[in-house]
Amino acid sequence: MRELIKTDKTIPFMRLRIGAWIFSGLLMIASIASLAINQLNWGLDFTGGTVIEVGYEREANLSDIRATLDANGFSGAVVQNFGTQQDVLIRLEPQEGVKAQQVGDQVLSLLREASTEEVTMRRIEFVGPNVGEQLTEQGGLAMLTALICILAYIAFRFEWRLALGAVGALAHDVIITLGLFSVLGLEFDLTVLAALLAVIGYSINDTVVVCDRIRENFRKYRKGESEEIIDGALTDTMSRTVITSLTTVLVLLALFFLGGALIHGFATALLFGVFIGTYSSIYIASSLALALGVSREDLMPPEVEKEGEDLEPMP
Amino acid sequence: MLNKFPLWKNLMVIVIVAVAAVYALPNLYGEDFAVQVSATRTTTVDTQVLGRVEDRLQEINIEPKSVVLEDGQLLVRLNSDSEQLRAREALLQELGTDYVVALNLAPATPDWLEALGASPMKLGLDLRGGVHFLMEVDMNEAMRKILGQMRDTVRADLREERIRYTSVERDGNGLQIRLRTADDFQAAMRYLDGAYDGYTLIDDEAAQQLTLRMTEAKLKETQDYAISQNVTILRNRVNELGVAEPLVQRQGADRIVVQLPGVQDTARAKEILGATATLEFRMVDDENSIRDAEMGRVPFGSELYPNRNGGNVLLKEDVILTGDHIVNATSGFDENQRPQVSITLDGAGGDKMSLATRDAIGKPMATLFIEFKATGERNAEGNIIFERKEEVINVATIQARLGSSFRITGLDSVQEAQNLALLLRAGALIAPIQIVEERTVGPSLGQENIDMGMQAIIWGFVLVLAFMVMYYKKFGMVANLALATNLVLIVGVMSMIPGATLTLPGMAGIVLTVGMAVDANVLIFERIREEIKAKRSPQQAIHHGYDSALSTIADANVTTLIAAIILFAIGTGPIKGFAVTLAIGIVTSMFTAIVGTRAVINAIWGGKRIDKLSV
Repeated sequence: MRELIKTDKTIPFMRLRIGAWIFSGLLMIASIASLAINQLNWGLDFTGGTVIEVGYEREANLSDIRATLDANGFSGAVVQNFGTQQDVLIRLEPQEGVKAQQVGDQVLSLLREASTEEVTMRRIEFVGPNVGEQLTEQGGLAMLTALICILAYIAFRFEWRLALGAVGALAHDVIITLGLFSVLGLEFDLTVLAALLAVIGYSINDTVVVCDRIRENFRKYRKGESEEIIDGALTDTMSRTVITSLTTVLVLLALFFLGGALIHGFATALLFGVFIGTYSSIYIASSLALALGVSREDLMPPEVEKEGEDLEPMP
Repeated sequence: MLNKFPLWKNLMVIVIVAVAAVYALPNLYGEDFAVQVSATRTTTVDTQVLGRVEDRLQEINIEPKSVVLEDGQLLVRLNSDSEQLRAREALLQELGTDYVVALNLAPATPDWLEALGASPMKLGLDLRGGVHFLMEVDMNEAMRKILGQMRDTVRADLREERIRYTSVERDGNGLQIRLRTADDFQAAMRYLDGAYDGYTLIDDEAAQQLTLRMTEAKLKETQDYAISQNVTILRNRVNELGVAEPLVQRQGADRIVVQLPGVQDTARAKEILGATATLEFRMVDDENSIRDAEMGRVPFGSELYPNRNGGNVLLKEDVILTGDHIVNATSGFDENQRPQVSITLDGAGGDKMSLATRDAIGKPMATLFIEFKATGERNAEGNIIFERKEEVINVATIQARLGSSFRITGLDSVQEAQNLALLLRAGALIAPIQIVEERTVGPSLGQENIDMGMQAIIWGFVLVLAFMVMYYKKFGMVANLALATNLVLIVGVMSMIPGATLTLPGMAGIVLTVGMAVDANVLIFERIREEIKAKRSPQQAIHHGYDSALSTIADANVTTLIAAIILFAIGTGPIKGFAVTLAIGIVTSMFTAIVGTRAVINAIWGGKRIDKLSV
């Protein structure tokens, strides 16, 4: 296994850019449509309410649990297995009334009374509705702040066309990952939000490496169309892109299969994010910059002004 | 010479890695089962207590690993969890309620490491089990209370100055003072101007009315005070619960985080934490007719309150004393074997009580019990609406001038006396609080999370190591060495930073760092391969490979760091844990991948004649 990618010839990535745009465009439209229609399956962190996870000694009988809850005024509870057949997750919408924060304890003692075997409390989470609302606001705000800060940094370090391309690619990644969660109805909780920010971090990492090479090649080869230069840069970085994605995917697979149910959403978002992020740094970031008309002149090192040049001559 | 590090650079790498390794070491030693004895507010833990504990343990045939008295706390390390439980039972009996006896897990860090200040990483509640509460403080009530005290002060001062006023009442964030005559108005204006810190005086001569408005600075100070007061009181209450290493911390403008590791009985924890009871002592208004008041004609300067035993009581508006002056409260029995609560006041409280009761012997004084219950509804600003439930629990004739210790009698049951004493002792919250978030993790789930997190880290690590060796041969092994060092650095730094906590998402962050940390080495090695392909000599290839990859790596990592910092800023609890490990991982991985691998590669290949590189 000497080399994953043969890099002798320049791969004409940009020739496919129209196709890639249509593909990405369709994915984005589908994602936004799904987000508008299905919305996200917001987790407890955002909606507020109560989650109780209990462990039974044997396989749990979900319909019995539902019946017990219904009979005691907790109708509308979502009861499902969590991770294993013995573990049960019960989710209750925020309840009107004074004792919202005691629902967890009440449900737990109900289940203990109703069951002949021992019921272990694994976790109880209660989130007030107001906390959730604030979190949604904060989460959106964090995402925007991150994008703006990264935009500013890349514009400062590189050039605004590349920065716009990079941030465009990030927005693309975030929207499509959100779309995936919406289409599949996966629960969107705080860890997924964290994963999304990590996707931003990962994708920008990839994009920066590509941008860096684009700038370098523009400076190195005095001839050639912008398209050729970008193709060359993408080809040069290709094997690095693939290897880093591969190692990241390897550890994420370990996390996905071994990390347990609590971390599943996190691993799913990141796994998908790594693929979409790798794709977008090749096709979206650089082709956006190309479309915006990035050229050699924009990326040449600034002329160093001679010291004292623009000073008035001494009288 | 090309590719040789100066001695200082090599030394720096060695020293940094060695220091991190030493600080990471305590994490390998695990934890001892322990019982922790700490004092309540009225007692101290000293060598005498130490002696009692040792004797008692000997009696029940338990040989502790060690018994150490430190920072006013006694830590008894034991050999097994069954011994731990037995020891706690015995010590609870021995020491009674004057001391808090809590189960704990104490890090088994050897002495020489502890002497260096090394300690293991703190584990988040999702890993060690326990309860996390987020509480919201009702600021409106805090303001109401503070302005109420201010109102009493202003009234008293005006009386002292012989300035006659029509009324002094609260108005928003200030007090409104109405005067009788123009002379009084002038006198009041002269007197009140600048009399109180943090208040500005606004005068309205036409209406003969003055307003004392709280300044912005004072307002903020007041709110900060209310929060910190509540934090202190919650800490006291948490101590009553007997929890080892609790955390009570302010979060944001009006919230408090309470974390109780190892607590399973959340119902009781909530009952004690959430209870907001306070007492006010007031004189009974026996000059006016209670029947008139009940008909709606409450005389000016008095207020009507329900009596717990039925009927109503007419009380003077002025508060003699509030519950925050209470130093200690214990339940017991009076001469007639009825439950009572004995109260001890602080110095200022004693003075106030003594002054107020000096000329009131033979007059009735009432104890007003105020409780706040959250209604679960919110007002337009999204703040919780609290219902203020006030009732007179006791009316007693003042037999003698009261000082800093006295008793409340006439309570219904022993249980009530005990509860009241507990709440009073733990202090009265200056403003009511409500739990807005609760997360409880059972101990089995915590251990499972640790196991699964470790599995994921180990397997992710092994997979990446295998891949790197296959793909980059010897250079891959150098990168692997860097990766392993990186793990040690992350753990070392996490253990060094006091505020850093390892959570389940934090472990995910470490896994992710392992995957992404090799990126820097991949960038460098790919460059070196390119340079070799461009027919450079091996030494030149290494040199240029590192040089040209450097700025790329820096840019790529700074942008990721931006994302991590933002995550840290908005996240709470576990998410903060993820952000912390991610950020630390980025910084340490840059060090190991750039400086660390270079040191090793220079040492092995640098400055020699070589024809071929194993990359």
